[in-house]
Amino acid sequence: MKLALRELQRRPGRFVVATVILTLIALLLMFLGGLLDGLVASSTGALRAQTGQFIVYSSTSRNALVRSRIEPATHAQVAAVAGPGNTGGLGSVQLGSRIPGHGPRDLVPIVLFGYELAPRGLPHMPPGPDEVYADTTLKAQNVSVGTVIELGPARSRVRVIGFVSDSQYLGQATLWGSLATWRGVLTENRPGERVADGVVQAIIVRHDAAHATTPAGIDAATGGATTTLTTDQAINALPGVAQQQSVFDQIIGVTVVIAIVVVALFFALITIERTALYGVLKALGASSTTLFWGVLLQALIVTLIASAIGIVASLILAAIIPPGSIPFIATPLRLATSVAYLVIAAVIGCAFSLRRVLKVDPAAAIGGGQ
Amino acid sequence: MPVTQTAVALSMHGIRRTFRVADDEVVALDGVDLTVGSDEILALVGPSGSGKTTLCSIAGGLLAPTSGSVVVGGQDISDYTSRQLTDFRRNAVGFVFQTVNLVPFLTARENLLVVDEIGPRTGARGRARADQLLEELGLADRAKNMPAQLSGGQRQRVAIGRALMNEPSLVLFDEPTSALDTELGDQVVHLIREEMKSRGKAAIIVTHDDRITHYADRIVRIVDGRITHEGASAPPDR
Repeated sequence: MKLALRELQRRPGRFVVATVILTLIALLLMFLGGLLDGLVASSTGALRAQTGQFIVYSSTSRNALVRSRIEPATHAQVAAVAGPGNTGGLGSVQLGSRIPGHGPRDLVPIVLFGYELAPRGLPHMPPGPDEVYADTTLKAQNVSVGTVIELGPARSRVRVIGFVSDSQYLGQATLWGSLATWRGVLTENRPGERVADGVVQAIIVRHDAAHATTPAGIDAATGGATTTLTTDQAINALPGVAQQQSVFDQIIGVTVVIAIVVVALFFALITIERTALYGVLKALGASSTTLFWGVLLQALIVTLIASAIGIVASLILAAIIPPGSIPFIATPLRLATSVAYLVIAAVIGCAFSLRRVLKVDPAAAIGGGQ
Repeated sequence: MPVTQTAVALSMHGIRRTFRVADDEVVALDGVDLTVGSDEILALVGPSGSGKTTLCSIAGGLLAPTSGSVVVGGQDISDYTSRQLTDFRRNAVGFVFQTVNLVPFLTARENLLVVDEIGPRTGARGRARADQLLEELGLADRAKNMPAQLSGGQRQRVAIGRALMNEPSLVLFDEPTSALDTELGDQVVHLIREEMKSRGKAAIIVTHDDRITHYADRIVRIVDGRITHEGASAPPDR
């Protein structure tokens, strides 16, 4: 091990190329991961912010909020199963909005939610009529407390009274108000979609110990009028989310394979260069295991250096990207996962050198192979 | 020729070593018997391809014989597995290679400590031994130098120190003067004799250079895998 460490210390130039390439791969992995996380976050914030464990849609909605309508009677059936205070209606409408300081045709796409059960970061009681909390990404659009936003073709006016973070929906900023505000805006701007009092698009259900609430139990209580999903299931059902995840995961997978190939090639070359040295060390009594651990240690150190540079660069990138521009977030989990992928790639890549190390003949050191 | 010393560092009987080359069997050694006393210096001389390096490799546990017995420092290594031979080399044998083969990115001292690091890892004891050997070899002031900063003779001395680190029963020198000029080669072989005799170590010097034979206690000639001559050698006038 000391031999491997000393070589790294005394001959760092040998490892520069591999370190640079692995750093670029680390940066790519972390950027792809951060981009995926940012895209997913900007699509799913509104659902992740819900404090309930289940989301109930109408059974004909095909798990889409926009197609779902739940009548008060069905709501009552769900509430009977879940227990008092554990359910809340949710409604949404997607509209173009006019924000002060923007041009008349410069519409900002916004989703207005009406809620009963407060999502994370919002007060227990929904705001008053025509008052809303805005997603923090709207600050980049010069929205502040007191800003009046005009929604839709009817220019329904709502006043911002505060902010909530990480609540975007399908890539759009959100506003959070009462169900009454939502119904009013919906009626003014989408008269063909207006809903009666008490009708909501979805029901958020909180699970408590006193009520053994299950999705199957809820759907049975409504006689099949509903489809109940866990929050994770509802997130995966959002259009594009699963597909985005799949595409990015494949790209990330290919990048990890490239990392394996880089490590394998580089350390295979180094092992070939060291054949004579390994022969001498084996003649002196070094086991193949000892020599291989040295190779692995060097690969891991190079990988960790590349990972550290990648982490620093990702954090700097996350800090300097203006909010609302590129959906990039650098979460500790993503960064740690990327490092783990690279470490695994280093171990697998090195395994290709193991056979070569095993084959080194110590007798060759003394010319005694033949 | 009988060995007069009572202790034996190396005893080889009926050593046969064959190699398969395509469909042919090449006999590198054919029924070789050899014994080396515990503080004897033996010169193993022969032309290229005579089998001297193969014989040296078997004595040093780098190769297993096809048949025959090998006992080194009291250990019968005839049927040792590859792993056992690795352990044996680590603990009982020292090598000085033809091209010296010091690790280029380690200092002189670290080149000696490699033996301790791949072996028993005695820590302070290993470091003390390395320092002592460097002192005895006249290299104490070169301990922190890299091989590239040492002369040919100094590198050879570091290699000898490395070979002695594990206090071996037997030290094997493979063509120690082949890369050196006459004067330096003479100095190196003189040094080898002094170091081995002062420590009471047995040594086999593989060489095709007849000039070296003056420094050995006994000369063994090998041709076509068989020992053809054994004889005492008179030390040079020094």
